[in-house]
Amino acid sequence: MTQTNRLNGGQIDRNTSFSFKFDGRSYSAHPGDTLASALLANDVRLIGRSFKYHRPRGLLTAGSEEPNGMVELRTGALKEPNTRATTIEMFDGLEAKSQNRWPSLKFDALAVNDMFSNFLSAGFYYKTFMWPAAFWEKLYEPMIRRAAGLGSLSQEADPDEYDKGFRHCDLLIIGAGPAGLMAALTAGRAGADVILADEDFTLGGRLNSEAFALGDQSAQDWVAQAVAELSSLPNVRLMPRTTVIGAFDHGVYGAVERTGDHLATLPAGKPRQILWRIYTDKALLCAGATERPIAFENNDRPGIMMASALRTYANRFAATASQRVAIFTNNDDGHRTAADLHAKGVTITAVVDVREDAPTCYDYEVLKGAQVIDTKGRHGLTFVEVALTDGSTRTLECGALGVSGGWNPNVHMTCHQRGRPVWNDALAAFVPGENLPVGLSVAGAANGVMSTHGALQSGAESAANALELTGVLPDLPEAEDAPVSQTPFWYVEGCKRAWVDQQNDVTVKDVKLSYQEGFRSVEHLKRYTTLGMATDQGKTSNITGLAIMAEVTGKSIPEVGTTIFRPPYTPVPIGTFAGRMKGQEFHPTRLTPSHYWAKERGAVFVEVGNWLRAQWFPLPGETHWRQSVDREVRQTRASVGVCDCTTLGKIDVQGTDAAEFLNRIYANGFAKLAVGKTRYGLMLREDGMVMDDGTAARLAEDHFVVTTTTANAVSVYRHMEFARQCLYPDMDVQLISTTEAWAQYAVAGPNSRKLLQKIVDPEFDLSNDAFPFMACGNVTVCGGLRARLFRISFSGELAYEIAVPSRYGDALMQRLMAEGEEFDVTPYGTEALGVMRVEKGHAAGSELNGTTTALNLGLGKMVSKKKDSIGSVLSEREALVEPDVLRLVGIKPLQPEDKVTAGGHLMNPDGPIDAAHDQGYVTSAVYSPILNSNIGLGLVKNGAERLGEKMRLVSPLTDLTVEVELVSAHFVDPEGERLRA
Amino acid sequence: MHDLVAITALGGTDPRVDTVGGVTCSEVPGVALASVAARMGQKDKTAASLAKLIDAPAPEIGRWAGTTISAYWAGPDQWMVEAPFDTHEELADQVQTATGNSASVTEQTDGWTRFDLNGDSIPAVLELLCQLDLRKMDPGSAARCSIHHIGCFVLCRAPDSFSIYGPRSSAGSLHHAIVTAMRSAL
Repeated sequence: MTQTNRLNGGQIDRNTSFSFKFDGRSYSAHPGDTLASALLANDVRLIGRSFKYHRPRGLLTAGSEEPNGMVELRTGALKEPNTRATTIEMFDGLEAKSQNRWPSLKFDALAVNDMFSNFLSAGFYYKTFMWPAAFWEKLYEPMIRRAAGLGSLSQEADPDEYDKGFRHCDLLIIGAGPAGLMAALTAGRAGADVILADEDFTLGGRLNSEAFALGDQSAQDWVAQAVAELSSLPNVRLMPRTTVIGAFDHGVYGAVERTGDHLATLPAGKPRQILWRIYTDKALLCAGATERPIAFENNDRPGIMMASALRTYANRFAATASQRVAIFTNNDDGHRTAADLHAKGVTITAVVDVREDAPTCYDYEVLKGAQVIDTKGRHGLTFVEVALTDGSTRTLECGALGVSGGWNPNVHMTCHQRGRPVWNDALAAFVPGENLPVGLSVAGAANGVMSTHGALQSGAESAANALELTGVLPDLPEAEDAPVSQTPFWYVEGCKRAWVDQQNDVTVKDVKLSYQEGFRSVEHLKRYTTLGMATDQGKTSNITGLAIMAEVTGKSIPEVGTTIFRPPYTPVPIGTFAGRMKGQEFHPTRLTPSHYWAKERGAVFVEVGNWLRAQWFPLPGETHWRQSVDREVRQTRASVGVCDCTTLGKIDVQGTDAAEFLNRIYANGFAKLAVGKTRYGLMLREDGMVMDDGTAARLAEDHFVVTTTTANAVSVYRHMEFARQCLYPDMDVQLISTTEAWAQYAVAGPNSRKLLQKIVDPEFDLSNDAFPFMACGNVTVCGGLRARLFRISFSGELAYEIAVPSRYGDALMQRLMAEGEEFDVTPYGTEALGVMRVEKGHAAGSELNGTTTALNLGLGKMVSKKKDSIGSVLSEREALVEPDVLRLVGIKPLQPEDKVTAGGHLMNPDGPIDAAHDQGYVTSAVYSPILNSNIGLGLVKNGAERLGEKMRLVSPLTDLTVEVELVSAHFVDPEGERLRA
Repeated sequence: MHDLVAITALGGTDPRVDTVGGVTCSEVPGVALASVAARMGQKDKTAASLAKLIDAPAPEIGRWAGTTISAYWAGPDQWMVEAPFDTHEELADQVQTATGNSASVTEQTDGWTRFDLNGDSIPAVLELLCQLDLRKMDPGSAARCSIHHIGCFVLCRAPDSFSIYGPRSSAGSLHHAIVTAMRSAL
């Protein structure tokens, strides 16, 4: 198809042609086009359907503020809904579809909504679908959601790569229009580190859209020269296609760089977008201004656009929405559009200016004091009806109408930290207030400086002020400096369906209705009507809504105020926030030293925090996890098993006060622990609750190794470091984590000593006398490798933990398996570990749940009263030591096959089952292959005195009731004979 | 001499090497590490012992220094000492001997994994990985930072040579982040 609406000139490369598809139909375009400009050049004005009424809609703007021209870009998993055609940089092979229509854009069945608009006014769904209540979720809401909406998701995972990064500079300049470029030249020439970011793919901002000259050059040539100079400066980084999305605390700005959106396909490994965190002491907002519309009857037909957008399409993209254009304006800028389009050969039907004193033009007609009162054209504008100053009406034939209601400075970023803009009477617009984010200043049109000369000058001055530069400012090119004053004209009186927010289908009438119904605060207005929501965040509509609300409430616009401006400035794909952190890389993974060995052996892994731990090791023929776990438990208790326990936190504690420090950290005593001995330790929080448990091994008078649970390794280290620095700063203690420096394996079972005697070098005596229960020490293994040996037991068996430098962990595991073959050794995972600790009655994470005290866990006597320790005093609070506090017990079903459910509650044998009669709950439950029964641990009121009682274990949610008996928590070897063997 | 064979943090018998666009990322298992923390009131003595050991003044905040044995600042009155593994596997003992009772010394060799970046465009890679102000990273700089939510140290050896230390257990995730950033940036 030929580009019938392509004009001369522009910044497009006519030597290259691209082919693209819109709604399945092929068109041609050129590099430098956006999808929007290419569609207009190809005489396509109808782009989509509106949100609620499914009215035909076209483009309103030429920039990121676009409310209407949204499409689904690309296909398949790459499909991106709600993409603004005005910001889509053209590439060869681009495919886009219109959205929110069925079955087609031109014949949309849901356009019937428009006929029932009286029933669908603002907030209709709050009132219309109240009864019956049950219908809301099942019928009404799905129905409304189906009818209203924007694009559709692909329902597939986003296949693109995203990245994130960090940059630092002396001055971040946001926006590369005349103010931004001049600021960058000023700062760059002075040697400052500058980042100049602009959302557009071509730097220059509004200068790309204008036909006037800067000095003796065209505006575009001046931009090219400035960009060339900036590119040559090593201290200046230019970031086109980069939207600064927010001003955050401490001089941090978020910026999204679209590194791949303009490419047909991304090169392998390259990101589609990068989320930059830019750190800077100073930032300069040069975000320009956005033209605002005037509301009038049927002002939403395709072809009715912002006048400045028509000018941009003509001057920059050499495209026009129609060959016959009318202008409706309340200010001189509308006339500039008419003049530029006329110069490009477009017929100007008339300029309709609401002002009686509008400028005169001899090239085309100017209707002074006139107003547009209605429009016609089903799928695109055909006629405009104008009320003339003498009361008569006139119909103008045109395919496009440029509307200009004046300009609003883009103050958004100035308000991201709760600053409020202030009203400027001369501009009849909000400008930045005084309460800006620290380090941010504003220049150019964003600061209400509306002429080109003013923008250039304020850019240079603001950069110099921000960086405290002294000396002469750069020469400015001569530029237009027309005085700008804007007399407000928000909407045409008497209109019925005049659109304020085209993206959300909010009319003038809806705003008035909001007032009538009592939603008068500007924040309520927004929620009630949805004015200013969704992808454009009301960039072209908010001010008109405020003006109407001001009028009906009898207030001024600044009295009505604005809603809060929040980041991001424009929409950001969720994938961009995720960056590289997705899928398996969503968080870092920690692997144990035996991981690769376990993986080869077919281990099943479980995530414990960031760690991957072997859960069990299936053997051929084992089809259910219980088979593997039961076998691992039996084999360990019968002979010997090995478990990787590297994940337990290890903290090296050294210093002359190390023992006294641990005495304060742990509830039980450590000062007198002998060198070469290990002790179980209980750590309380300040409030007396149990924080963590573990062991501390004394390797020397002034050297301990503390172990923590896997889950609490970081929090315990943090707690100890806090205590060291803040509670006991006078103590000579040094802490450092050694968790992953050592590969540590539990070797458990009656044959564990025999196995270790084959590993540990013979000069170390492992006999019960020489190395008794709770002994520890440095040894060597396998012919001289330094190692640490601890005789501690979590399983209740004769057991050791042996540690070697992590790089040898894989080899040591293989050696243990090889040497243990004669003992039928088995590796065991966290499941078997859990079974054995429940059998032994050891409390673990399920019992140390943040609500339990030492007394609850049967460890009350461990809280030493002979010394002070963290949490000791508060553990004696009255309510924590009452006679019927929860106590740890074992739970055994009367029928061994009955399942014990963790989380189930315990009730007396008779009486109601409710919270008031609750006796406690089950914390851990396993199947014991040793006892051939399901068993559990639980916390029961006064449980220690109730052993032998029968109770009901209930889980009302799962309809479970099981008869159980309270027993000692120590199911296996209650006297501890095995571990001392 | 023991007969256990070591594996690298990435699980191989040989160190992993990846090259993208002129930058090489090498896994470096051949380094021994020991942490040194001055005991109370022993800061000067520890710094003096350390200076003798590394043949350079004890590094200040954010710096590293040394020759065959070198050290980088890791916290107040705290340093990490690094040396070739083959010749200094027992580095912690050596450092303890050098500092005597003035410092607490802990073996850290296998607590960490090291990746070296060599090439011309390393800042382009690092700016995707860490929040450090790379303009201020000159040869001799050593800084702590988070990479891919992993606590790391970054050392600038030369403008075209950087070392990254991260926890050994997260070597796979750290390596993934580095190589992904290399592919992204280069």
